[in-house]
Amino acid sequence: MKPLALVEHAVKGPLFGCRMCGQCVLHSTGLTCPMNCPKQLRNGPCGGVRPDGSCEVKPEMRCVWLKGWERAERLPWTEELHELRPPVDNRLWGTSSWRNWLTKRDKQVPAGWEDRKH
Amino acid sequence: MSRLEDALASGRLVLTAELGAVANELDAVARYVEPMAPYLDAINATDNTSAHAHASPLALALALRACGEEPVLQLVCRDRNRLALQSEIVGAALHGIENICCLTGDDVTAGDEPEARRVFDLDSPQLLATARGLSEGRYLSGRPLEPAPHLFLGAVENPGAPPYEQRVARAWKKVRAGARFLQLQLCFEPERLERFVAETVRTGLDERVWLLPSVVIVRSASALRFIDEKVPGISVPAATIERVERATDQQEEAFEIACDLAAHALALPGVAGLHLISFRRDAGIAALCRRLGIPTRKEREASGNRHPVPV
Repeated sequence: MKPLALVEHAVKGPLFGCRMCGQCVLHSTGLTCPMNCPKQLRNGPCGGVRPDGSCEVKPEMRCVWLKGWERAERLPWTEELHELRPPVDNRLWGTSSWRNWLTKRDKQVPAGWEDRKH
Repeated sequence: MSRLEDALASGRLVLTAELGAVANELDAVARYVEPMAPYLDAINATDNTSAHAHASPLALALALRACGEEPVLQLVCRDRNRLALQSEIVGAALHGIENICCLTGDDVTAGDEPEARRVFDLDSPQLLATARGLSEGRYLSGRPLEPAPHLFLGAVENPGAPPYEQRVARAWKKVRAGARFLQLQLCFEPERLERFVAETVRTGLDERVWLLPSVVIVRSASALRFIDEKVPGISVPAATIERVERATDQQEEAFEIACDLAAHALALPGVAGLHLISFRRDAGIAALCRRLGIPTRKEREASGNRHPVPV
């Protein structure tokens, strides 16, 4: 990892369990990192959430998407949660999302990707 | 336009079912679907159900068509990356298969090969948007796909799993991404299904998507307990399991419960039909239809049947 990525990991790792996907969406997912979902869903939750709110795959863990929904409701920008987040660009793993945000690299989506808001 | 799309668009009552692990011979597929087929508009060709490997969904879809049935190709995100998912859809389109149902999929840990690598390169809303792109003549990369295949896209949503109050919002996301029908996950709590459907109507989602709640026909309390404990995202109330357990004829009691759930779901405004699941080759689906007074598909097509005769 490059120095900036190391710094980012040192800050966001303990705070959010950051996995360094390099295309951070914390802002729109209730400040809850969706890459901690075992299925790494960017548009969760899946249909496997247990009645007590725990994860289908890791019963000892609360569904990260449940946490995200609850936190998002307390944020002024709740609506962003309902946006369709594009597929992960797997080339960005391990790079700094801060740099990718500044350079707008994290906004690049496949040419055939189209997000309709309605 | 596929037969399923046509039936839904016409406003007729629509029934679907599914074909899963049973089939490794064409004859077996024919035998499996034969008792239920007269009532069905389409049958799902499932994709490694509960994370157990079986004949691929495209192979099952082709087998169903060879039996004269209309397939719905299921695709889950667990086993294929975005290239493989697109090739499966384009491959299906090559064979004239238009109905595609996009799911996240149970995790590998739900199956008999929990050591497998899980993929989830896309999630179900992303897969829907990708499939819609294919139907508009482009791969995800932007490369043209000519001619653009006609696809009838659907998805699944689970009214019976937390966060209950957010499930319709997630259904909306899938509809915006391209879903035009929703086969709802099994729900043994009628009031949860009722709330979900009411919310779709309140938010106008029922005008954008056709809803098909699922009902399963089982034969025993142990089958219900298995579903409750082993199938991700489905809970069966203890009272329901006990009711079947205490009955002198478990199979009959379980059938009664299925009929009650089916009748309840069909009575909800906003529901277009049912997705019926029976794990065994038996006449359960046909028996349920007869009990609820649902005519066969051909009769529905002839009469434009909308509402089943009340039980």
